[in-house]
Amino acid sequence: MERKLNTPISDPVRKSLCAGEEVLISGTIYTARDAAHRLMVESIENKQALPFDFEGQIIYYVGPTPAKTGQAIGSCGPTSSYRMDRYSPSLMEKGLKVMIGKGERTEPLREVIQAQEAVYLIAIGGIGALLSKTVVSSEIIAYDELGPEAIRKLSVKDFPAIVAIDSKGQSIFK
Amino acid sequence: MHKIARELVVNHVKDMIIESTKTLDKSIVDSLFLAKDQEENPLAKSVLEKIIKNQEIAKTEDIPLCQDTGIVVCFVEVGRDLHFDYDLRHAINEGVSKGYIEGFLRKSIVSHPLKRVNTQDNTPAVIHFDFISGKQLIIHLAPKGGGSENMSTLKMLSPADGRQGIIDFVLKSIKDAGGKPCPPLIVGVGIGGNFEYVAELAKKAIFRPLSDVSPIMEDRLLEEELLEKINALDVGPMGLGGKTTALAVKVNSAACHIASLPVAVNLQCHSARKSEVILIGTQA
Repeated sequence: MERKLNTPISDPVRKSLCAGEEVLISGTIYTARDAAHRLMVESIENKQALPFDFEGQIIYYVGPTPAKTGQAIGSCGPTSSYRMDRYSPSLMEKGLKVMIGKGERTEPLREVIQAQEAVYLIAIGGIGALLSKTVVSSEIIAYDELGPEAIRKLSVKDFPAIVAIDSKGQSIFK
Repeated sequence: MHKIARELVVNHVKDMIIESTKTLDKSIVDSLFLAKDQEENPLAKSVLEKIIKNQEIAKTEDIPLCQDTGIVVCFVEVGRDLHFDYDLRHAINEGVSKGYIEGFLRKSIVSHPLKRVNTQDNTPAVIHFDFISGKQLIIHLAPKGGGSENMSTLKMLSPADGRQGIIDFVLKSIKDAGGKPCPPLIVGVGIGGNFEYVAELAKKAIFRPLSDVSPIMEDRLLEEELLEKINALDVGPMGLGGKTTALAVKVNSAACHIASLPVAVNLQCHSARKSEVILIGTQA
């Protein structure tokens, strides 16, 4: 049975999540993939403001297909997380504690997740049509020029994910 | 001399792209059902159930199966009796452009690998041409996802590495890739040829029908052994464990140099989207 999670995710709730646990997320999640991560890390290095406050928030690695009239979003499954591994530590230092993507992360990144008591969740890759049904609304909040890679603020209802690396550093991957 | 109208090529390419990004071939769906029934790992079973449910939603609600609607790869067979008074490559790319814009598909192509500026219409496609006899134009097309493509591998083995060297390299490639290429996979293996040709052989292998077996005995035996060994790796759907790591393995081989044993592994994710069309030229 999946556990229901509402955003923002509090520290005790985040730390109680265990690798292998299936969850259903409701509330706000923010999208960002390769290009948006690069820009956010550049902002941090240049001491500029970030597009949103990371406190208690979730970043989902996705670049959706365009929405048709009447749709909140197009197909929107996860992209591979390992490509974000070189950027994630900077974001975690700025307060990001929950990430959603797909696939394994590098061992150094798993160690950072453990040190930061953060959590890495996975959504199932290649099921973007199904996942789009859980998105209630979508709004671009930064980097519009990046097209599919722009940062979107999504409102989701029962978005399915699995805890892949928990705050104690335990991983679901072998 | 025979001709095929440019508009026909453009429209067929457009339609193939829109259709294939939303509909999984029945052979793949049947194979996923079979895998789900045979899977003993509960998490693997649950992942396969969601993949099956996803293709139902994609088909009935006209939503792309996956948000990564790919880079378009075409293998084009051109009949020798055909004459073109237009650039066939341009016509195919125009079909790609229309398909991605009119089909509300994601534009995932950047014009230069370092400048990384999006071309806004998913062109250019990667197009391979070959000649055949007759007046047919056959276009095999696949919108190929980036995640599985990124996990593909190539190695120039030594002849002494032999069959076992090939098996070891393929298994290592799949194990190292883990959940990243979105298993269950279709594994395309190229052996022989040279550096660039072995990659093309592997790519062509994933275009083969799911039930197709190699007519060459050595390759067929390799396909069977690799499938069994890959599914014993316990990578499983999305890398979460289980015995469904690959739905099929296809091996394509070619002649090679006495010094070489090239091997390439091209991975196709479970969202194995492809299409083909045969157009017949009319007397000009």
